[in-house]
Amino acid sequence: MSINRFAPPAAIFRHVVLLTTGTLILIPFVWMVSLSVKPPGEIFREHFSLWPEHFYGIANYTKALTSSSLPHYMLNGVIVCTMILALQIAVCAPAAYALAKLNFPGRNLILGMVLIALILPREVLSLPLFILGYHLGILNTYAALIFPYVVSPFGIFLFRQFFKTIPDDVVHAARLDGLSELAIVWKIMVPMALPAIIAFAIFSVVGHWNSLFWPLIAVRDQNFMPPPLGIMAFKNEEAGNDYGPLMAASTIVVGPLIIAFLSAQRWFVDGLSGAAVK
Amino acid sequence: MGSVTSIVEKRNQASKTPKRNTGRVASSSERRRHRMLEIAASWLLAGPALVLLIVLFFLPVLGVFAIALTDWQFGASSLAFVGLSNFREVFADEGFRVSLANTILYVLIVVPGTIILGLVIALLIESGKSCRAFYRAVHFLPFMATLTAMAIAWEALLHPTIGLVNQTLAALGIPTANWLRDEATVLPVLAVIGIWQNLGYAMVLFLAGLKSIPRDLYDAADIDGADAWLDRLRTVTLPMLGPVTMFVFIVVALKAFETFDTVQVLTQGGPGHSSEMLLFTLYRESFEYLRTGYGASVAVVFLFIVVALTLIQACVMDKRVHYQ
Repeated sequence: MSINRFAPPAAIFRHVVLLTTGTLILIPFVWMVSLSVKPPGEIFREHFSLWPEHFYGIANYTKALTSSSLPHYMLNGVIVCTMILALQIAVCAPAAYALAKLNFPGRNLILGMVLIALILPREVLSLPLFILGYHLGILNTYAALIFPYVVSPFGIFLFRQFFKTIPDDVVHAARLDGLSELAIVWKIMVPMALPAIIAFAIFSVVGHWNSLFWPLIAVRDQNFMPPPLGIMAFKNEEAGNDYGPLMAASTIVVGPLIIAFLSAQRWFVDGLSGAAVK
Repeated sequence: MGSVTSIVEKRNQASKTPKRNTGRVASSSERRRHRMLEIAASWLLAGPALVLLIVLFFLPVLGVFAIALTDWQFGASSLAFVGLSNFREVFADEGFRVSLANTILYVLIVVPGTIILGLVIALLIESGKSCRAFYRAVHFLPFMATLTAMAIAWEALLHPTIGLVNQTLAALGIPTANWLRDEATVLPVLAVIGIWQNLGYAMVLFLAGLKSIPRDLYDAADIDGADAWLDRLRTVTLPMLGPVTMFVFIVVALKAFETFDTVQVLTQGGPGHSSEMLLFTLYRESFEYLRTGYGASVAVVFLFIVVALTLIQACVMDKRVHYQ
């Protein structure tokens, strides 16, 4: 039976509308890539063409990669995102296990604190966190970019929801096999909750790869800038109106996530929309 | 040591009787010790997270309120309680009032735009079988792309002379504008970018909502004579999407209130104050002008807005659970 399904002629209408909206959505991406392979003369020409008469991509991308510290920014992004994710899982998974499977006084209090922390917008906390970072003497280091995020209320909540669906018998059997509680977390719960871990990993990495607000506050030194901050520095200092290399740099920053997204679409949609919670 | 004994104890219990009775077989002191071990293990597992939650969330929140209620400046060694005078200064400030008004206007454009487009696109995708994954991927793309980089692409797109937007408008004989440098256009243009970024997110949430509508409702509607697509949409689909729509409304509103990247990259709040929004004001006052008390007060105002929206959401979601 058809549910919200159109009659056949209307199916064409569906494709026409979705292709139109889809094209409009893609224009900024297409324009970015198009400018990134054009020579300056063609960029500043009055009429529009998608593909350049003279392919200038190699020159633009080479300039983006060599005249700025773009490869270094990308490396910073990888280091920071990896460290944040590793620490988040290390801190959140044991706590989530305790909240999901163990019975102890204070459990509901901790759970309530997790839910309150989930509401608090990080930007509101930036001033005290900046002061904390200053007193620890870690501003302008990788540690400054990482420390506010080592515990994720969303991570604890998501893992707890998932751990709760794992039968208690599995935990009992593991205890009978002589596993310590910590070993149960890492050898039983985390592997069984792999879908939740992957969804959270995507949520965390995408969020921190793209984040601009806190890095803008935490680091001024180009050596530690993650990609969004780096590309702003590139825009302000070197590229200016040199659109070709600037668009090449933007493409390089956005590229890895888009490739990952297209190859694991379902995971990304679940991870980023919080659908994994349900 | 302790864990070994508890395991031995468990082995003994398990070999005697598999279920509930074990508790009665073990002596009460053994049971108490076992319980203490579980509590100790729980606190060891949850402890690091708890300490970090306090240090990185709860103390900073108290800190923001403390700073907002004192005259403390960054680097100063002394401070005095000044009550609400920072808030009075903030609300008396023309710049802040403009920033707040801009943010509200921006949210009022972005939220309906995102919800309507997200809903229409979700309905269209769900109404046919072909190319679903493709359309979903295309519309979701902006939500995960690095906004800082995409904002730079938008800047090129909106460039007064070489941008595609003005070239197209000129070719069609429509008047052009310097979109990001004109007080009348800058905020609506930022809102369009906000809609562009978030509509895929709304679409995904609506798609999940559509999937959860029971099929029998459509059969019932069929029997009642609602066999046209529009009838089914009006009698079944839209009413059943009510709770999801409320949820989307709140999450998109929260996202819109938290807009920062596009303002920072594209306009810096200009021209004048015409595109200044709350989070940008918070950043600029706190970290560029180092007006600590003022910045903290803006943070408190922002916190109240976000918490209010979240509480509305919690109440609505609670109701939804009761009805099901």
